Amino acid sequence: MKSKNDAIFQGIVYVLTALVCIVTLYPLIYVLSASFSNPARILGGDVVLWPVEFTLNSYKRVFASSDILTGYRNTLIYTATGTTLNMIATIMAAYPLSLPDLKGKNAITIFITFTMFFGAGMIPNYLNIKSLGLLNNPLVIIVPGAISVSNMLIMRNYFINSVPSALREAASIDGASPFATMVRIVLPLSKSILIVIILYYMVGHWNSYFSAMMYLPGKRSLQPLQVFLREILVLTQMGDMEEQTGVDDLGVYLLYASLKYAIIVVSAVPLLVLYPMVQKFFERGIMMGSIKG
Amino acid sequence: MMQKSVRSPRIVHHNTWRKAITRYWQMYLLLIPVIVYFILFKYKPMLGIQIAFKDYKLRVGMWGSDWLGLKHFQYFFESYQSRRVISNTLYISFLSLLFCFPFPIILALVFNELKTDKAKRMVRTITYAPHFVSTVVVVGMMVSMCAMETGIVNKALIAFGLTKEPLYLMGSGKYFRMMYILSDIWKDSGWNAIIFISALSAIDASLYEAARVDGASRWQQLIYITLPSIVPTIVIMLILRCGSLMSVGHEKVYAMQTDLNLNVSEVISTFTYKQGILDLKYDYATAVDLFNSLINILMLTTVNAISKKVSETSLW
Repeated sequence: MKSKNDAIFQGIVYVLTALVCIVTLYPLIYVLSASFSNPARILGGDVVLWPVEFTLNSYKRVFASSDILTGYRNTLIYTATGTTLNMIATIMAAYPLSLPDLKGKNAITIFITFTMFFGAGMIPNYLNIKSLGLLNNPLVIIVPGAISVSNMLIMRNYFINSVPSALREAASIDGASPFATMVRIVLPLSKSILIVIILYYMVGHWNSYFSAMMYLPGKRSLQPLQVFLREILVLTQMGDMEEQTGVDDLGVYLLYASLKYAIIVVSAVPLLVLYPMVQKFFERGIMMGSIKG
Repeated sequence: MMQKSVRSPRIVHHNTWRKAITRYWQMYLLLIPVIVYFILFKYKPMLGIQIAFKDYKLRVGMWGSDWLGLKHFQYFFESYQSRRVISNTLYISFLSLLFCFPFPIILALVFNELKTDKAKRMVRTITYAPHFVSTVVVVGMMVSMCAMETGIVNKALIAFGLTKEPLYLMGSGKYFRMMYILSDIWKDSGWNAIIFISALSAIDASLYEAARVDGASRWQQLIYITLPSIVPTIVIMLILRCGSLMSVGHEKVYAMQTDLNLNVSEVISTFTYKQGILDLKYDYATAVDLFNSLINILMLTTVNAISKKVSETSLW
């Protein structure tokens, strides 16, 4: 009786797991298949799971679009520089605040954490950016968000809980300065949390569109990929890709049908390829960081 | 904390600041730019909140503008917009609390029952994937796949006989909330399950052994061992969730908005954006936003206090 119940239990687990995986993957597979398919067949509903009448046409169009290339280049630059600044700034806050005997650290921690619970709000922030002369300046994408308080706290908790304080003390007895201890001993030991936080910041930069829309309103040449994606995918505007087609309205309509899927693939592939490689780090990192310090 | 109390109190007492700075001057040097950053980008803007109570004139700046008292708040609450915007925000929030919150917990519990580590890791990898797809792309995918005539979703619904006419899933007000919630569940359930998965992996295996010896079935083990051990994590996540009940993220709602669904999709954050940034009513938008964040703080502290009393689990 008991073993029969347990077998049913296990069966339910497998069915649910399979269901979850199918529902999760299906939209992604559909997009991938549609991006390689003949647009007329997509619109006709013939593409269900696999590509129909395989073609690379839409990818050729995507890579010929100057909007997409501009957006892609900008996003790469913002992600690389932004994440670098994020990491430097976050370590600069997290490491000193993880030292148990740093005088004044509690006051500074409260000073920083308070901003997590209460912020000035969208408009005062906007006016502040404006008064600092950062409006329509590409720095606005990377500087104002330099430190995410929650990422800083996760990193600080990791330093507190997972780096033995004896190592720090030994280094200090050997005459290493606190800065040298941080760079040579603590940071190399904290690779897993650093990778996690890099991933968090990277995903944030890669996928954000709102701040660019708000703070770079007059600079089309500075917009990141997501802003162009919004125009094409959500507002269904073709931008400069319409001109290069040189065909009639129906041709444009057809082209758009497969193009949008290729654009989705091109924009999402870098992160989708990256995250499985660092999966074990972010899983462990979340566990370490979430322990209350 | 421990090291501090071990040290002789007399030494700590004597000239502490000078000692701290001699020893840790490098660390203080690192913290200075951090503090400047928080002042410049987080605290200085807070001064701007005053325009919520002022008749803000760009020409004279926020300090030179005249005080208006609570006029903006009054105007907001008397406007037909306020009821709609507040109720839309709360409606979406409650729906997502009701539907999006339990999913990660269920996923974690189901995955936890898989037999091999390899299978566990694989299903996690799969379910994390949508988290890395951007909001814009998720909305774009919905727009394409749910298109009236050509979208695969409508074709499937008709093929399965679930509807005769294609449904206007994206764009109309009728399905806006459903699409919002469903896409949220798809995008982030797997990702949000991580915290519960890690809580589950910390459960002492000997508890299960003892239960098995006592003849407990798998189902009983789930109810009496697994579930209770992640209750503290669930409570903490619930508190955090309640703290943002009044803040429906503007990124996704804004991307999903059309002229046809505004009556259900206009929430406080998109309203603030439009009134402030697009219509340049800075003072009014700031007032609406301030009202919003005050409610959020109130919610967070209340729920936290209740939880502290009831379950002894709290954020602070």
